[in-house]
Amino acid sequence: MDFNDTKEEAEFRSEVKVWLESNAPKSLQVAARYDAIDVKEDALSRAREWQAKKAESGYAAITWPKEFGGLGGTAIQSVIYSQEESKYNVPTGFFEIGLGMCIPTMMAWATSEQNERYVKPALHGEEVWCQLFSEPAAGSDVAGVRTKAEKDGDDWIINGQKVWTSGAHFSDFGIIVVRTDPNVAKHKGLSFFFLDMKSEGIEVKPIRQISGGANFNEVFFTDVRVPDSQRLGEVGEGWKVALTTLMNERLAIGVPKSADYSSLTKAAKEIDINDEPAIKNDLVRSKIADWYIQAEGLKYTKMRTLTSLSKGETPGPESSIGKIVSAPKMQDLASFAMDLQGAAGIMNDAEIALLHSIFQSQWLSAAGYRIAGGTDEILRNIVAERVLGLPQDVRVDKSVPFNELPSGR
Amino acid sequence: MNFDFSEDQKLLKEQVSKFLADNCSLSVVREVLEGEAFYSEDVWKGLVELGLTGTTIPEEYGGLGLGALELCVIAEELGRAAAPVPFSSSVYLGTEAIRIFGTESQKEKWLPKLAVGEIISTFALAETSSEPTEKNIKTLFSGGKVSGQKIPVADGSYADIAVVVVKDSDSDIISLAIVELNSKGVERNAVSTLDPSRDHADIIFKDADAELMDVDGEGWDAVERVLASAAVLMAFEQIGGAEASLNMAKDYALDRYAFGRQIGSYQAIKHKLADMYVKIELARSNSFYGAMMLNDEGADLKISAAASRVAATDAFNFAAQENVHTHGGIGFTWEADTQFFYRRSQVLALALGSSLTWKNKLVSQLEAKNVS
Repeated sequence: MDFNDTKEEAEFRSEVKVWLESNAPKSLQVAARYDAIDVKEDALSRAREWQAKKAESGYAAITWPKEFGGLGGTAIQSVIYSQEESKYNVPTGFFEIGLGMCIPTMMAWATSEQNERYVKPALHGEEVWCQLFSEPAAGSDVAGVRTKAEKDGDDWIINGQKVWTSGAHFSDFGIIVVRTDPNVAKHKGLSFFFLDMKSEGIEVKPIRQISGGANFNEVFFTDVRVPDSQRLGEVGEGWKVALTTLMNERLAIGVPKSADYSSLTKAAKEIDINDEPAIKNDLVRSKIADWYIQAEGLKYTKMRTLTSLSKGETPGPESSIGKIVSAPKMQDLASFAMDLQGAAGIMNDAEIALLHSIFQSQWLSAAGYRIAGGTDEILRNIVAERVLGLPQDVRVDKSVPFNELPSGR
Repeated sequence: MNFDFSEDQKLLKEQVSKFLADNCSLSVVREVLEGEAFYSEDVWKGLVELGLTGTTIPEEYGGLGLGALELCVIAEELGRAAAPVPFSSSVYLGTEAIRIFGTESQKEKWLPKLAVGEIISTFALAETSSEPTEKNIKTLFSGGKVSGQKIPVADGSYADIAVVVVKDSDSDIISLAIVELNSKGVERNAVSTLDPSRDHADIIFKDADAELMDVDGEGWDAVERVLASAAVLMAFEQIGGAEASLNMAKDYALDRYAFGRQIGSYQAIKHKLADMYVKIELARSNSFYGAMMLNDEGADLKISAAASRVAATDAFNFAAQENVHTHGGIGFTWEADTQFFYRRSQVLALALGSSLTWKNKLVSQLEAKNVS
């Protein structure tokens, strides 16, 4: 048992190191993630530059076949590249959805002419893609979308609203799942398209979150015309196509690095309980230990997954526990750390609050991580059904025409 | 990246798993639980014949000379079967203590016998309702004799020798001593515990012959070291038990219908079982690291042992308890097999000290790490 690279992995890692050393931008300021309200055009253009460099070298899509501009490499090579790249302050957050979810869906369902046209510009960062699935009335139940497409000659006319669309405001193209037949059961009336985000009738508005930031958008469609040639899969089989995207999403879900047991330990040394440092309190110690085993458990679960990849095997289902554990941990740990501070815990002025208010900010944003990319409840369903083999929930909407389903406001 | 057991170790795991499936069904656990026997002699004999009691004993002392990783895979399977045998006492604790801290003559005398199962050993630490500490140990060693009381001692009613945690009556320093339990001055009686499939005894020593081990004046460190390796091994046993509990709950949830559907189709049950799975995987990943540290005598042994134990205790306690609950009324009956894991989970959870104690150890290690 060890964490060492195999000989081949070590060779690949040193190639990557050499390449990054001579190519990764050094003078970059903090490569801020995009914000939907405050669009940083120069952040996007720096990201495009870096993406183009990566694409030329093949590192932009290590596991893709060479015909699509990839390296034809292995999953573990992709991980090794990311590990090394993360040591540099390179811009991220613009192309992940396009290259991680949209383009793989295109590769599976679009014509070869279409892939010829779209894959390369996406890979090189020239064109950005977004994913238009969620709607105000279709979140966890994403097959419940109401945005409709009606046939008009060789085109489809799309009307409706999408929500929680990351990057819609700077995207060139999007993939969308819409309802083409409301008279049949929910999953059977869907179709799948890709479209030009600059089409007439598309309006993008940022959503401001609890945390004050704005990482997502609402996208409104008013008589948006899309040619039938941009349909992926058959009419009425959009759900099948959407599953390709969602399978890829499961691989991409994660939560960011956050204040963990070590920050809590630090705080517990500075805060007193009954005139003694909180770190001496058994309840506090017990909580630190709980979050330590969660953090370490996830860390070593990842090592187990990487081991499978390293051996060329398909990772076991254990990787599915990640967000179930980490998202509530973010929220609970932050909440506990604020509780330790008493009345001071409500203050989130970074100049005044303990540890620059990391716990207060984390507590606000964690509420979103428990929802994004699958709620706690949906993820537990996935573990129960796909890992443990328990039955699906009873679906009362299965054989009822979509337009006869009861709905809320 | 090679953070996994080797093919040979996985093969050993399968071999042990098959032996236990054939010879140690839950009806064997029930026989011991309901009967007079302290343990299943047949199962123990089979484990000895497979050479497992000598797993980590060097070949020069008649063992297999394998490492801690092999013991981990064995432990997991014993846990899955809730095997009613003294493996944890005799191997993780007694044998390991002698292997690490025995004098040369003690090793020569005892290890060959332990390897071939000629004798069974145990580890005697607890004395009162308070967690044992360097200060509160009252069993005294003086002039080659030991006096005091150890309770409860796992497998103490029939073990042949015990590694006893003692305090030197002159220096007040903690040490380890080997005592032959059939000798004069040793009085022992079985005590009733939550899990009658695993014997525990009350042992009173009155000037019993004892021989000090080689702990070099640092007896409490030796105790901590023995407990650390046992914590990792027992964590694997707990993981095996937790997984068996989850599987039992899952089978029942698929089989049982209520309100016209399988109870396993209700989210209240699905999410409970998903939570069992999550806790088990967290425990397994922590314990993999504990196993690696134990095998390599790594710098993180103590902290990873504590993490393995805390996580595995949480997983097994939760899985065993919620397995009973998932079964509803039938799960609470004497005839149901749910009780074996429910009982065993609590015995394993407390055997090496409470969760609170291990959480404290974990955080102390964390503090020490941050300082250095």
